[in-house]
Amino acid sequence: MPTASPGAGRKSARSIRWRRQLPATMALLPAAIIVVVAYIGCMVWTVRLSFTSSKLLPKFDWVGLGQYQRLFANERFIVSIENLFIFGTLFIAGSLVLGFLLAVFIDQRIRAEGVFRTIYLYPHALSFIVTGLVWRWFLNPTYGLQEMVRNMGFETFTFDWIVSREMAIYTIVVAAIWQASGLVMAILLAGLRGIDQEIWKAVKVDGIPIWRVYWSVILPMLKPMVVTATVLLSLAVVKVYDIVVAMTQGGPGISTEVPAKFVMDHLFNRANVGLAMACATVMLLAVVVVISPWLYHQYGPRNRDKRA
Amino acid sequence: MAGCLSLSIAFPVAAEEMKAEVIHWWTSGGESAAIKTFADEFTARGGTWIDQAIAGGENARTQGINRIIGGNPPTAMQLNTGKQFDELVEADLLRNLDDIAEAGHWRDNLPKVIADAATRNGSFYAAPINIHGQNWFFYNAEVFANAGIEPPTTFAELVEDGKALRDAGVIPLALGGQSWQERLTFNAVLLGVGGRDTYFKVLRDKDVDTVHGDAFRKVVETYGSMRDLVDEGSPGRNWNDATAMVINGKAAVQIMGDWAKGEFIAAGMTPDKEYGCNIISPDEGFIIGGDVFVFPVVEGDEQNEAQRVLATLMMEPGPQVAFNEKKGSIPVLLNVDVSGMDVCAQKAMALLQNSDQQIPSSDFLVSPDIGGALQDAITQFWNAPEMSVDEFVDLYSDALQSGF
Repeated sequence: MPTASPGAGRKSARSIRWRRQLPATMALLPAAIIVVVAYIGCMVWTVRLSFTSSKLLPKFDWVGLGQYQRLFANERFIVSIENLFIFGTLFIAGSLVLGFLLAVFIDQRIRAEGVFRTIYLYPHALSFIVTGLVWRWFLNPTYGLQEMVRNMGFETFTFDWIVSREMAIYTIVVAAIWQASGLVMAILLAGLRGIDQEIWKAVKVDGIPIWRVYWSVILPMLKPMVVTATVLLSLAVVKVYDIVVAMTQGGPGISTEVPAKFVMDHLFNRANVGLAMACATVMLLAVVVVISPWLYHQYGPRNRDKRA
Repeated sequence: MAGCLSLSIAFPVAAEEMKAEVIHWWTSGGESAAIKTFADEFTARGGTWIDQAIAGGENARTQGINRIIGGNPPTAMQLNTGKQFDELVEADLLRNLDDIAEAGHWRDNLPKVIADAATRNGSFYAAPINIHGQNWFFYNAEVFANAGIEPPTTFAELVEDGKALRDAGVIPLALGGQSWQERLTFNAVLLGVGGRDTYFKVLRDKDVDTVHGDAFRKVVETYGSMRDLVDEGSPGRNWNDATAMVINGKAAVQIMGDWAKGEFIAAGMTPDKEYGCNIISPDEGFIIGGDVFVFPVVEGDEQNEAQRVLATLMMEPGPQVAFNEKKGSIPVLLNVDVSGMDVCAQKAMALLQNSDQQIPSSDFLVSPDIGGALQDAITQFWNAPEMSVDEFVDLYSDALQSGF
């Protein structure tokens, strides 16, 4: 963007820019209005309903923090939050690491690259409902992997994570990583392909060990892709619902419950709109707390001039 | 089987065609065959049936209720018998069916529990369609013959039989470890072990003292001891997979509602021969649930007439029997002839004739919200062998008092 000499033509430059942006602004206005009304409107509606005693039908009385008190006294909700942290941490870290390794592997200019890329991306093309069901069968101790290995003669082989309260959440993590790492691979591979060959030549001349190159040179260059992948994965974490329904239905007991399932169950099955909305509001706050620093970093005052 | 058209009712010829848009969640083979009997009957009476089958009870209920609130109500929608439509009645969104009930003598022929569940403040607001029993022992007859023991009729007998069945190499109890099934099992124990009095005091009166009393403790202890009867693959299993275990002789008994009968029939088994059905502790009673149709307030004579015709035919003996034979449930009218139905249905009908033995399922007694909270407590206890009876009693009584 060409700028006028500093100080003098600043004002005229701004008005020229504004005039140039007018058609674009006009074109985007309807979309902006829809976003504000639909998204912001729904958020306000959700928060407002969380302060009411609404059951099946929304009503607008006022019970203060009653629903929140009930929410935080509810063991199932507490377990859901714990699970969200366990799942979120392991799932994001696991998908990033595995996705990065797959991307590096494919970037070695291997033969039949297209085949591998397709194989890695394929899990992502399946819905979580299908994925979850297949994993559920595979992990079931009475007819899945455990039974198969035992039939081969290893009588004492045990793999019963999915029916164990302590371990079931980790089976969901594994299935989710299996599904999402292909996407991370695709994003990071695009980044790797954009890296200048000169850099590789330079590090070869310097004789730096290969892992060191990836860690200290390449990864910092991939930062925008890593951030993108992390944001996408984070969204998947907050929304996680279908894979739990397909794999464990929140069981054994309440050991794999997640907040989104808490909302859905109370909204539809249990005719308890108020409590569901209180849970949704807590989730909204959590998302805001998590992404604010990042938003500030990306769009904060420091960066505004840089991107102009 | 043709529905009997009672000729005493003269149908006014509507200027335009009667259309009925019906929302329901009966999508499986037997279920859709059942609802089709109503559709055919409605067509025979000059109407046009617009079928709105939506898979999954939650989805169907959500969509129907959203349409009612949004001012675009269907002609009729299915709900479970119980408290699901309380708020719709309070908000004056449902049609009062008293005139139709009067003409069809509903009150005289319905079991008291069902009539109560379909009325609010003394007026009918729902047409009950069927009765599903919920406390059955379904068992594989051959398995018991091989083990040399009699099939159980009480929980004490079931727990006792456990060892002999294990020795014979079968799983004593086929349970799908999903929270709704664990709740259904618990409620069967609550009635069978705790007795009628305890059952009502806990679920209907929400009496905390009873929950902390000895009878309830015994219920909890019995329920806890049943963990030894299931296999390790139980958690997350679907109910029909559990039924399949009984069918192919891997397991001995399943506690389930009578919708499980359809699986035995599909496997070509006959009741009282290859498989059996015992109502658990029949002296205490028969836990019943079921389905109803509600009719939202609609505008226009044509729509109101369609609702009248629909509600009328659904509660006539002919269509009732035709529907329930296909559905595997039993008719809601006590005055219909069920001699053509299977042994299990006849056992159930015999019990229903005595109003003391009609035990409403927990859906009739507690709101969906509290029912859900109880379900969370029950599934926690069932899956935590280390949890003490006292802990569970506290958890359960908290759930019973939760909500606004």
